[in-house]
Amino acid sequence: MIVAKRKPFDELKEMIKPYKKVLNVGCGTCVSVCLAGGEKEVAVLNAELDMARKLDDNPIELGAVTLERQCDQEYLAELDDMIGDYDAVVSMACGVGIQFLAERFPEKPVFPGVDTTGLAVNQDVGFYEERCRSCGACVLGMTGGICPVTMCAKGLYNGPCGGTNKGKCEISQDQPCAWFQIHERLSKQGRLDLIMGYKEPVEWLDQVPRMTIQPGYKKPEEEKA
Amino acid sequence: MSTEGNGYKSGSNLEKVLAAGEFAFTGELGPPRGCNAEEVRHKASFLKGNVDSVNITDNQTAVVRMASWAACLLLIQEGLEPNFQMVCRDRNRLAMQADILGAYAHGVRNMLCLSGDHQMFGDHPQAKGVFDIDSMQLIRMVKTMRDEGKFLAGDELDGVPKMFIGAAANPFADPFEWRVHRLAKKVDAGVDFIQTQCIYNMEKFREWIRQANDMGLTEKAYILAGVTPMKSVGMAKYMKNRVPGMDVPDAIIERLQGAGKGKVADEGIKIAVEQIEEFKEMKGVHGVHLMAIEWEHKVPEIAELAKVLPRPQIK
Repeated sequence: MIVAKRKPFDELKEMIKPYKKVLNVGCGTCVSVCLAGGEKEVAVLNAELDMARKLDDNPIELGAVTLERQCDQEYLAELDDMIGDYDAVVSMACGVGIQFLAERFPEKPVFPGVDTTGLAVNQDVGFYEERCRSCGACVLGMTGGICPVTMCAKGLYNGPCGGTNKGKCEISQDQPCAWFQIHERLSKQGRLDLIMGYKEPVEWLDQVPRMTIQPGYKKPEEEKA
Repeated sequence: MSTEGNGYKSGSNLEKVLAAGEFAFTGELGPPRGCNAEEVRHKASFLKGNVDSVNITDNQTAVVRMASWAACLLLIQEGLEPNFQMVCRDRNRLAMQADILGAYAHGVRNMLCLSGDHQMFGDHPQAKGVFDIDSMQLIRMVKTMRDEGKFLAGDELDGVPKMFIGAAANPFADPFEWRVHRLAKKVDAGVDFIQTQCIYNMEKFREWIRQANDMGLTEKAYILAGVTPMKSVGMAKYMKNRVPGMDVPDAIIERLQGAGKGKVADEGIKIAVEQIEEFKEMKGVHGVHLMAIEWEHKVPEIAELAKVLPRPQIK
């Protein structure tokens, strides 16, 4: 899922300082599951903001709503009738949702309530670990299901480097060396031949904004392209 | 190690020494943290005549220093042959190729292709690490430029950089059984010579070079064994515990501790000289790369004690 964490409170407070009526919009999907921007987190943030603004002698009127998803116009449409009542919006969705919301209401100042931190797995309650950088050219088939782009601190395709240390990455004893793990897994599977050969430089696909249209949804003229 | 045309791939002094079957002896110089060219010339004065080529480090340990290529030019002015180190951390493929062309145009003939220490170790820990290509791909890129006269993307070069291509190898990092295969990958990518990580665990190194001999790798690339004399017990402990991928046996630390007050540095040099003597006789080892870190002024003494002087002059 997409994982995020709430922005530092003081930073948030400063961003919306000039506004008297602010709508806080949660997202019911990824950020809800990772405990950063769902219905509960919206309520908590609003309570904190309300109290802080009172103490600052600058009271604020806060609205709260949590949409199913903010990365889908169908759900954003639910805001159409209420957005006019507010001076500004805080979105607690991931960076994708925040942008889509801002795009639907271009007249309205929109502020991020969270910092988006990556595509991650759920390791424990409240504990998430990044696993994918959405490079667009997956090599997991060659690397035993361990991503060198994300899990190797240098993103090496011909690892491990000389800094690998007793199975750990040179950046930290808490960080496993991805290439050590790749070697270990492929060795156990008898598939080391997959990484014996030289791997050519990557043609990076994530250097421009990408668009994805699934087959079957393309217009006929696009199919040919 | 076939040669072509004039008999050489690059015609660098280092290549000539190795091709002649001489035991190579290379040194290292870290550029200053500023534009102090005098400092480079001063350090170079201790290396001149005592080594075949001098590695110029490239923002080593991810700390900003004078550009490697620029310090290389200072060495050329001083009459020494530089080995231009290039890491993948700080440049993308455009900048790398541009620097290779520029360095060659100014007389640089050797290169060492490295991944680079992670930026979080250095003085700008929040910098964006580039790692557009890795060290293996850098080797192949330099080889493609040299042997095919083409950029990485395939366009023709107007003037071809004939570099002698080097890379590093760490015989000690885990998993050990993979290390020789990684060496094989570098040979496959097109490396001409290898300079190894600092060696302290001789037993493990003997095993690694035996594996490399068995796989025929030492006939395809020259291997220069990495030697760094220990200056103090503290340095030995630091290398053992703090430097990633370094293997310092307790016996080395005990030997330094037993040297007695004021004699530890001499003992460190003695160990290094013993190692060099063994490497001279070791099958598959073609030379030594002496990394006397911030100890350049000791190089003449070490070279003398290791009986690697005078350095051969190959026409």
